[in-house]
Amino acid sequence: MADVDGPTAGMEPLVVLTGVNKHFGSLHVLQDIDLTVHRGEVVVVIGPSGSGKSTLCRTINRLETIDSGSITIDGVPLPDEGRALARLRADVGMVFQSFNLFAHKTVLENVTLGPVKAKGMRKAEATELATHLLERVGVADQAHKMPAQLSGGQQQRVAIARALAMRPKVILFDEPTSALDPEMINEVLDVMVALAKDGMTMVVVTHEMGFARKAANRVIFMADGRIVEEAEPETFFTAPRSERAKDFLSKILTH
Amino acid sequence: MDIGQYIDDFTSLFSQYDVLAAFRMTIALTLASAVGSLLIGTVVAIMRVSPIDSLRGAGALYVNIVRNTPLTLIIVFCSLGLFYSMGLQLADRESPTFLADQNFRLAVLGLSVYHAAFAAEALRSGINTVPKGQVEAARSIGLGFLQSMRIVVLPQAFRGAIAPLGNTLIALTKNTTVASAIGVAEAAALMKVMIEFRPDVIIAIFLLFALGFVVIVLPTGVLFTWLSRRLAVVR
Repeated sequence: MADVDGPTAGMEPLVVLTGVNKHFGSLHVLQDIDLTVHRGEVVVVIGPSGSGKSTLCRTINRLETIDSGSITIDGVPLPDEGRALARLRADVGMVFQSFNLFAHKTVLENVTLGPVKAKGMRKAEATELATHLLERVGVADQAHKMPAQLSGGQQQRVAIARALAMRPKVILFDEPTSALDPEMINEVLDVMVALAKDGMTMVVVTHEMGFARKAANRVIFMADGRIVEEAEPETFFTAPRSERAKDFLSKILTH
Repeated sequence: MDIGQYIDDFTSLFSQYDVLAAFRMTIALTLASAVGSLLIGTVVAIMRVSPIDSLRGAGALYVNIVRNTPLTLIIVFCSLGLFYSMGLQLADRESPTFLADQNFRLAVLGLSVYHAAFAAEALRSGINTVPKGQVEAARSIGLGFLQSMRIVVLPQAFRGAIAPLGNTLIALTKNTTVASAIGVAEAAALMKVMIEFRPDVIIAIFLLFALGFVVIVLPTGVLFTWLSRRLAVVR
């Protein structure tokens, strides 16, 4: 995507997907996806359910394999399996819809586990880092509880701290607020907006238009496994070009 | 029948035979084989969920062959096949207790190999109780397959598998009686001797050994039920 004059001009590509295809059986879930995410950029992916947006997000750290095409992170193609893939995943944070905190570990252990086990950081150093990150997401007082004792919003903020603890180059958010009760959505979005302001590179699959408007550099609209439209958030929400996007927005914005 | 006389005859058994030593041997066989079968079973369970096709196949082959083979066949093979025919030695031949040690260890080997198949299946059912997201989260922070298993999946899987593992342990406790077939002096071996030489109190002998096993096994069941509640992973 050589966007000479556009909003991404002069930025350094970090995640590059080229001609990516994926099938689930006979279903063609990703069709010729080309996408470049630049360093420091926040890209929001929206679209109707089944459009392939979650799958797209999961292919970037190879939780889903792809059938053809290529994905590179910071110039390095995604390795197939083994140590090289584990190393690369350590650089790509992931925040899941269902939080997926390690159920048998305390909040603090959830955050220190990655730095200690995957990066070989000393335990004391990791604990200091984790405490700092838990403070940053506002759950430091819950550090010694088990995940099940926390609210959904708190769990998701811990999950963000867990991803940050790896000092990732990019963080992928796969519908991070979709499993939350309405009153908890904002506490998670606030943390994400703050992250975006700090310059974290983020790919966010979400339906939160407020977040997209506030924090995104670019909105990607997907439907039926294709990227149908991409634009700056204001442009996309006020003047979508494609019929699919107009239709989708009219359905979600009327309420 | 004179009840008083019968009781006297029965109690004389205890001065004639060392019943407690036989049950101690049963417990020793159980504990050693429990450790052995859990170790082998863990390896087999990991193989069965590994991303490598050939390992998964080998794990499935192990379970399906061993689980469907009679235990007596395995135990007797350990003695006649591995020891007498192939010369496998698990104890010091110069030792005065060589044969007892050798038979005990062969029995532990056979019991471990056999019950490992059941332990592996119990553990695999435990692994299936761990949500897929736990593995995905583990892989996402850069843990490899074995690290994810060891640090995230297995600790939760063991807790989810405590009840079926307890059942396997109970079956193992009673299955140690097969070791008498290769000359291990455990409870069933002593029972055979007692039945042969003291047919006068045969009913009491059966009741005695039945009671002995109940006394060993009942607390095992209670303990494992308690543990499975106590250690359950709250989600």
